[in-house]
Amino acid sequence: MSMNEVVQSSAPNGAGYKSFTIGAFTFGRDEFFARIAWPTGTHVLSVDVFLRALQRDVAWDFFYGTVNFDSVIGTVNHYGTVDLFAGRYNESYRKAELDYVENFESGHLRETFKAMLEDWTNSEFDPFASPAETGKPFGEKSGSNTSAITRRRVAANRMVGVPGDEQIRTDASHPINRMFADVSQDEPLLEAEPGFENEVAAFNLFAYLSRSDVTWNPSVVSVCKESLYCPTTEEYILPVIHGNDRIEWFVQLSDEIRWEVEDGDTGKKRAAVTMKAGDVAAMPGDIRHQGYSPKRSMLLVWENGSPDLPRLIAAGQAPIYPVDF
Amino acid sequence: MDYTTKFGSLSSYEKGRIDVIDDDAKHYAFSNIFEVAEHAKPWEKIAVGKNMQYVLEVIRAEGTSPWRTCAHDEFPLVMDGQLVLELVKLDVPLAPEGKNGSIAISGEPAGKRMGRITLRRGHQALLPANSAYRFHAETTSVILLQTILGDDTVQKWAEICLS
Repeated sequence: MSMNEVVQSSAPNGAGYKSFTIGAFTFGRDEFFARIAWPTGTHVLSVDVFLRALQRDVAWDFFYGTVNFDSVIGTVNHYGTVDLFAGRYNESYRKAELDYVENFESGHLRETFKAMLEDWTNSEFDPFASPAETGKPFGEKSGSNTSAITRRRVAANRMVGVPGDEQIRTDASHPINRMFADVSQDEPLLEAEPGFENEVAAFNLFAYLSRSDVTWNPSVVSVCKESLYCPTTEEYILPVIHGNDRIEWFVQLSDEIRWEVEDGDTGKKRAAVTMKAGDVAAMPGDIRHQGYSPKRSMLLVWENGSPDLPRLIAAGQAPIYPVDF
Repeated sequence: MDYTTKFGSLSSYEKGRIDVIDDDAKHYAFSNIFEVAEHAKPWEKIAVGKNMQYVLEVIRAEGTSPWRTCAHDEFPLVMDGQLVLELVKLDVPLAPEGKNGSIAISGEPAGKRMGRITLRRGHQALLPANSAYRFHAETTSVILLQTILGDDTVQKWAEICLS
């Protein structure tokens, strides 16, 4: 049976949208809201918020750790299987015993989410775009936007610009974003001796980022073993509250982002971290965070992609805080 | 509306802050690249990020650096200023296989010239594994290096981080 065949959906409702069922969860949308039901409760959130979060969860293949759509709904990646939860990381739901978790094969949940994203995204709405650069997601069903929601995720093998690897962005495919019109577009001067053209390599990372057509979508530009540089451009609000299963680092390359940091398990507030150009900070392994970027900014997300880290952290063999001092 | 993109530099940077509600500021290891570089010695490799064996190092680039080599790829990103990077393909690798982080080379490296790259702010380059490299900066510049913790990595977290 193909994955498409395991996606359970209804006929379109009055607004034109299908409902989707996976396990004991059901997902429906109307003109304004996404509605989720599970055996012990129901939840509603703006379809705008829901689609932006759903887009990241699909594009990142459930990412590292926990992707909270909001304070109630989300997923936990176990790299092969995924927990879909409601209220699991919300202290009130847990105390009331209304929380619910179900584990699915990653492919099963991925295909269900992809089908939902395809059906619920109208032609004028791009969930990856800044709200200032896209149409509204609301109203009755109106077409689809497959090209926007199935963008290829950039992942360099060595470094952007190295021959045979991901290439730099140009006007033909990636015009400079309106908020980065002042960013220098000069490229490094390469003077390679004959025979070394493939290894004498460099590119303008800031120019590359100034041409990003998506927000809050890290993509790999350089790889040092399992050390991954995943820069991204940020505008408005990170559409998910990310609870990493490892330490994650941020380097603010330009402008400013404020991070609201909560306890990863309970959602209680722990800190607000304001990062300006040149600032470096770790996000510990036991928190969840959501960023607010008033102007489009360049953020270097630095990840350790080792698949062993969640197990090592759970066994107390890897730290949840970056350094002792 | 015209927007101004704010990058930092040695001559103009503003450090952010942590508003602690129920936590310890040390958990965030919060520093600023330009502040670290401002107080660094030339070519000192100061860790500002560490994730297990992997590090991000800030390097204050001033004049000509010693030659170095590394058994794995490294990636310098110029955060301020302008640099010239020289690369040499070593006749014989000098860094032991599997060794993390770069090592210094005494004297001139033996090998073929690979070429040179002129880098300015925002430019990122490849330092290929087992090449020899050195930088030259006419004016004080700042590098952020993606690499692995090595013998010459300087860790002074208490001096550079908010607490």
